Amino acid sequence: MSQAVTAERGRGFLGSISDLFFARPKLLTFVLLLPPLLWIGLVYIGSLFALLLQSFYSLDDFSGLIVHEFTLTTYLELLHESNLQIILRSVLMAAVVTLACAVIALPIAYYAARYARGWTKALFYLAVMMPLWSSYLVKIYAWKLILAKEGILNWLAGGLHLSWLINAFLAVPVIGGPSLSFSYIGTFLVFVYVWLPYMILPTQAALERVPASYLEASADLGATPRQTFWTVIFPLALPGIIAGSIFTFSLTLGDYIVPTIVGNSRPFIGMAVYTLQGTSGNIPLAAAFTVVPMLIMGLYLWVAKRMGAFDVL
Amino acid sequence: MSPARAVRKAEAGPLPHGRDAAAAVRFVNVSRHFGSVVAVDSVTLDIAPGEFFAMLGPSGSGKTTCLRLVAGFEQPDQGHIEIFGETAEGVPPYKRNVNTVFQDYALFPHMTVGDNVAYGLMIKGVPKAERDAKARDALAMVKLAGYETRRPAQLSGGQRQRVALARALVKGPKVLLLDEPLGALDLKLREQMQEELKALQKEIGITFIFVTHDQGEALSMADRVAIFNEGKIVQVGSPNDIYERPRSRFVADFVGSSNVLSPDFCSSHGATSRWTSLRPEKIRVFPPDETVPTGHAHADGTIKMISYQGAVTRFNVDTGNLRITAEMPADGADFEEGEKVRLIWPKSAMVTMEDGA
Repeated sequence: MSQAVTAERGRGFLGSISDLFFARPKLLTFVLLLPPLLWIGLVYIGSLFALLLQSFYSLDDFSGLIVHEFTLTTYLELLHESNLQIILRSVLMAAVVTLACAVIALPIAYYAARYARGWTKALFYLAVMMPLWSSYLVKIYAWKLILAKEGILNWLAGGLHLSWLINAFLAVPVIGGPSLSFSYIGTFLVFVYVWLPYMILPTQAALERVPASYLEASADLGATPRQTFWTVIFPLALPGIIAGSIFTFSLTLGDYIVPTIVGNSRPFIGMAVYTLQGTSGNIPLAAAFTVVPMLIMGLYLWVAKRMGAFDVL
Repeated sequence: MSPARAVRKAEAGPLPHGRDAAAAVRFVNVSRHFGSVVAVDSVTLDIAPGEFFAMLGPSGSGKTTCLRLVAGFEQPDQGHIEIFGETAEGVPPYKRNVNTVFQDYALFPHMTVGDNVAYGLMIKGVPKAERDAKARDALAMVKLAGYETRRPAQLSGGQRQRVALARALVKGPKVLLLDEPLGALDLKLREQMQEELKALQKEIGITFIFVTHDQGEALSMADRVAIFNEGKIVQVGSPNDIYERPRSRFVADFVGSSNVLSPDFCSSHGATSRWTSLRPEKIRVFPPDETVPTGHAHADGTIKMISYQGAVTRFNVDTGNLRITAEMPADGADFEEGEKVRLIWPKSAMVTMEDGA
């Protein structure tokens, strides 16, 4: 009779292991988490820690060798005017790129969350994600061709008798330059293009969780569409925008390929790190430069949290 | 009673002193389509000031769309809507003096309870001290004094419902719209809220329009009930009217349960040869040799099923060509399945209907 209750099955090695996991679910969790924890703990955090350690060493100017002694002189070097300018330039570019991404992403994300259904939703995901499927380098070189003096944009502007418009932009001091592909405008455009999907997707996910009844309730209580946007939609989209801005801001801050290919060759943090660790062999200063974006992101998230950006979560 | 009577007079003909005096909300031949689906099909309706009006019907019957037409979330494709004499079609929700309690409450999760309640006043530009005081009063009215600083997520379903009510009432609307506001609450809480809502409506005296699919709720709370089916209003009347004198098979079935008797059955049982409704609780079950008193009709049959319902026992009796359901108080019901019985009911309980559809 007992056979009717307890099914007869193989009592092999695997069988006893699965019995063990059934009896001790926490053991299963531990076994599943062990490999990724090892990876994150040793390879990821470990190398980050090694990097941090490097930034407290210094380079002997005379011999070009790294002095393995604790010192803050490398960090003091960051405060040199040329280095400060690199940091300021990178932070400003990252901030402007993030802002532009947020402004462009919000209506797209809003449309996708509120109105896109069925095949229009599929089309939205395809349109946002497809650029991510092609190589980043190819896209940047394509942009260089679009923005170059003999490029598509200038050719098109010439045909439409709008060259004066581009020239007017290029004549603006600082952001202008000899051509779009040799100016901050060009760098900015390419950054916005390559990071935009990372802003759209989290913003859309946040807006997806705002039911239509919130907007109706707001209108019902007398709010005009503009008031509803600023008091209901924007605050509820904010955690998504912040999540997106973490991507756009930190990716811009650390990138060296975009400004190398499209830009006026004034260095950004990423380019400085690349040159310092490669050509100059100044690993400590490169490491110190790398710590800067981490500090800025930490500060940014702290301020965002203090301002209540994550209260909805 | 008096507003309901006034409206019935208005339905009969135009009022002597101008039409504006009559209705809080007036629908004249209003239709609303969604693609090929007719959600609301030429509805004409007057709701009196101060009335507790229920819109009752199955899901998809157009009752919620009617409510949304009053709120302004939907605009009519045809017809005319007036709110206190003012044309409503084309007016956006934020310019209407009506407020809504939403089915899902729609409390803003990023604001405290106090800010939620004060939202309408904040939008209007009322100074902070004044609107906070008013929000406190509104919360006290729904018995949630002291909850101002909490978040909606920290409240129970019943408490959220009250916050939604306070938020909708704080601006002093002339009409309050309630879209199945008690649907998500458990039975005990729902009964309690029904009483409180009714008392609140009496106290503040504004028009309540209440959408529900729960017939018990509609009957117990409303001054008048409109029964919706397939986009049309099939009957409007007081709860007693609706229950005692259903005009169609749909109403008889939807409001409570009913035995619908065919014209043939009726004529062979001494009533007019029309479709007729007979409520189960009007029928008594007796042994087969029971004498039938004057003014009563009867049918003989066999008990097919007995189901115990607590307060009452329900009998399903096969009378040959018709199954009849009878309900009796549980203590008088000493029968068994398969037993032959005689069903007796007063002829006055047979309510002639306009159609058997």
